[in-house]
Amino acid sequence: MGISRRGFMKLTGAGLACLGLKDLGLDPRPAAAYATTLRIEGAKEFQSTCPFCSCGCSILMFVKDGKFLSSEGDPDYPVSEGALCPKGAAFHSMHVSHHRILKPKYRAPGSDKWEEKDWDFVLDRIARRVKETRDRDFIEKNEKGQTVNRVESIFHLGTSQMDNEECAVTHQMLRSLGVVHLDHQARI
Amino acid sequence: MTQHWIDIKNADVVLIMGSNAAEHHPISFKWVLAAKDAGATVIHVDPKFSRTSARSDFHVPLRSGTDIAFLGGMLKYILEKDLYFKEYVTEYTNASFIVSEGFTFKDGLFSGFDPATKTYDRKTWTFDKDANGLVVRDKTLQHPRSVYQLLKKHYSRYDIDTVSSITGVSKDNLLKVWDTVAATGKPTKVATMMYALGWTQHTVGVQNIRLAAMIQLLLGNIGMAGGGINAMRGEPNVQGSTDHALLYDALPGYHPVPTTAWPTLAEYLKANTPVTKDPKSVNWWQNRPKYVTSLLKGWFGDAATAENEYGYEWLPKIEPNVEYASLFMFDKMYKGKIKGGFIYGHNPCMSMPNTHKIRKALTNLDWFVIGEAHETETAAFWRQPGFDPKNVKTEVFLLPSCQRGEKDGTTSNSGRWHMWHYKGYEPMGVSKPMGWMVVEIMKRVKALYAKEGGAFPAPIQNVEWYEQYDADLMAKKINGQFTRDVTVGDKQYKKGDQVPAFPMLTADGATSSLCWVYAGSYGAAGNLTKRRDHTQTPMQAKIGLFPNYSWAWPVNRRIIYNRASVDVNGKPYYPAKAVIAWEEGKWVGDVPDGPAPPMADPKGVYPFIMHTEGHGQLFGPGRMDGPFPEHYEPAETPITVNPFSKQMSNPCMKVAESDIDALAKNGDPRFPIVLTTYSMTEHWCGGGDTRNTPALLEAEPQLYVEISQELAKEKGVKNGDVVIIETLRGKVEAVAMVTVRMTPLQVQGKTLHLIGMPFCFGWTTPGCGDATNRLTVSVADPNTRIPEYKACLCNLRKADKVTELQR
Repeated sequence: MGISRRGFMKLTGAGLACLGLKDLGLDPRPAAAYATTLRIEGAKEFQSTCPFCSCGCSILMFVKDGKFLSSEGDPDYPVSEGALCPKGAAFHSMHVSHHRILKPKYRAPGSDKWEEKDWDFVLDRIARRVKETRDRDFIEKNEKGQTVNRVESIFHLGTSQMDNEECAVTHQMLRSLGVVHLDHQARI
Repeated sequence: MTQHWIDIKNADVVLIMGSNAAEHHPISFKWVLAAKDAGATVIHVDPKFSRTSARSDFHVPLRSGTDIAFLGGMLKYILEKDLYFKEYVTEYTNASFIVSEGFTFKDGLFSGFDPATKTYDRKTWTFDKDANGLVVRDKTLQHPRSVYQLLKKHYSRYDIDTVSSITGVSKDNLLKVWDTVAATGKPTKVATMMYALGWTQHTVGVQNIRLAAMIQLLLGNIGMAGGGINAMRGEPNVQGSTDHALLYDALPGYHPVPTTAWPTLAEYLKANTPVTKDPKSVNWWQNRPKYVTSLLKGWFGDAATAENEYGYEWLPKIEPNVEYASLFMFDKMYKGKIKGGFIYGHNPCMSMPNTHKIRKALTNLDWFVIGEAHETETAAFWRQPGFDPKNVKTEVFLLPSCQRGEKDGTTSNSGRWHMWHYKGYEPMGVSKPMGWMVVEIMKRVKALYAKEGGAFPAPIQNVEWYEQYDADLMAKKINGQFTRDVTVGDKQYKKGDQVPAFPMLTADGATSSLCWVYAGSYGAAGNLTKRRDHTQTPMQAKIGLFPNYSWAWPVNRRIIYNRASVDVNGKPYYPAKAVIAWEEGKWVGDVPDGPAPPMADPKGVYPFIMHTEGHGQLFGPGRMDGPFPEHYEPAETPITVNPFSKQMSNPCMKVAESDIDALAKNGDPRFPIVLTTYSMTEHWCGGGDTRNTPALLEAEPQLYVEISQELAKEKGVKNGDVVIIETLRGKVEAVAMVTVRMTPLQVQGKTLHLIGMPFCFGWTTPGCGDATNRLTVSVADPNTRIPEYKACLCNLRKADKVTELQR
């Protein structure tokens, strides 16, 4: 049966009501596709990008009622033409993995456990620690009397995991604070 | 990448060296195989036989850390056999330039070396200039101080016997590779070179890549379809995050970071804006003042004025001779000099060298913020094996990061394609984009300073900040906007209009742009990163250019330096695979490197527009460790004599020294085996994301070490045994994979063993093993400060007891 998967989906989409499994013949491929059609029926398609290597493969996400149902390679991305490697193929399971951290966690000095906290608690506390450290350690002039306006005791590391827009705000924040120990995975 | 992924299919020869593309950039290999199907020869040069080797025409194993010897021999071969592309080399490279008389190279050192600081004074690495300030050239290439003649002399020492003996590659294999690649020195033959961390992670990393680029220039393969020098970038957005310079040494858009040497913007711009007297040189960096001023306007808005040099004074200035890179950041943290900070989406407790030191260093912090999707080894450093949490005083904040499919924004692939991705649904739990965390933290810091004052508040008060994180708004600001009504050329723009492209950016504060290379991605026509249009002209379709799919920096140019793909009259050297062509008074094909007519036209320009003199740099005066690549041994080497000079290791390499950093001496008999590290298809870098994705962990569950059958026999180890790998830094347990993929090499007449290990397995995933990087060295390339992960000395023995791999 020389029919592409996408072509098959269009076909079944048009004639779903009158098409039974027996009409599909014995080739298991279209049968598998038929099952998928049912699973994502009514789902909205969103385009995302694989979060691993820099091939940047485009991935289609299928979402229904706010629930992420499945993902697959995007046949319209000219680089991958719909193909994915094992990591890209795990896009959906990585999103729904039960290992994910879903709430802010806080570990007090000397404690042996995490505590769940709300965003306001952690963000306020972080801002306070940044200010304390910066105010204490800020260097306006070096030993030679040159203006340096920097803080050496605060660092930032990462992040090639950010989007370009996130990188832009991050750089803007760090230079405004005077951070000089700033680096990311390009150095790996 | 000078090219883009699809362009690999246009190559006649594909040299994959310093990469295992089939396993680490699997989709790239689609295009390698497309090239092969069309008749290309595919070569894999790598210590290990892998799936890349299996699909190549041939695999050539070499000793890790000897790429310069291998390529230096190739360069000598090309010159000796007269196989270089003469017109290209004479017209488009600096082969004909006359180097200053003071330049010398003696026994492994170039002129200007200071042994006390281990740096070069590069003042003799320059060219003779005539009375008009133009570089003196000899297009016959006969002048003894011409770059061509110096190059020939420099590599005359790289004869095949010496190269074979040091690299461990047989002479037959050397000739097979050299012949195949050198055959592309014709206009209608082209080779591409694909590399990754196998070239960068050495103390001579930059020079590995430079030498490859020099060979590509000699063969006329830069700017051509199917050519170029292609860095297969690793991380998902390491291209974009490098463009936006989350790096100590740069500002967004490849501008040097301000140092104490440049206290004012005027001084900074004077020192960093190159000048040429040659009217045919575009010298693109002459535009730097426009880009830096627009960046400062983007950061500080109305507070940035001509009077205050757009807020330049507020920026931190680093010391020119102090180290700040991540290797040294952790060294300072280990020594108690860094007190708090942020890590987002990075797991240095796995991926930095000598991770014992990294893990200890973090316990010295007062406070630590980590944005992550999982509890990685870095997030959980305070309860790492061997430490009592009671004694770790650090206050730790683990901020839940959402995943890619839960946010809008762009990433940039290795071919510089800038692509939008869409939020599919609300982030799970209360997880958030990392950009949201940054905006919220800075909002609160600003509020504290507004209320309480504090140290040097000016930049914090004046930085333009955001009510909320908005990817679309940031994408607009990255592109750039007009800050007032203005006329540029004959066009009028209103305040708030999007800048059409970077030629419209100005140095007078009339424009803002958070990263000039992206200007043009979001102009009046809207957000071009969302384009999914496959339309192309037949000429573009022939080479798979896809100019209407997404948007590529710069100015949607898909192949960089494409003016070098045509002769001085604008005629393609390789008509069947033309990138651009001058037809009826205009350029067709790709977006050319600038609109100027072909070089022979009175208004024509040289092709290498980013270089001050406009020519490809066979002699490269910009690097820290020499204008010509020279073979030096890795910091830890199994040999005791470098046949090329008395200088064993890179004289400029950067070494982080502490009580737990140690280097084995040359040829140390306790550690006779070379260890190299690498990734695998199923896991990503330090493994934080992939070990927490069940299917991927099931596919690759445990740390292993690949060892040859010969070494296994010597050590009495069987396939599946647990072994201990040991270096001067530490010990690691791994399952022995006894395989024909690793081959003993004959180096200087002796048998040398190499072993290889992945580095993605860590203790937070029980029973999978722990960081391979406990073994590696805190030594780095002097240009990039990328550590030498790819070669260090070790030994191995069968384990008497299994602990880390116990399930």
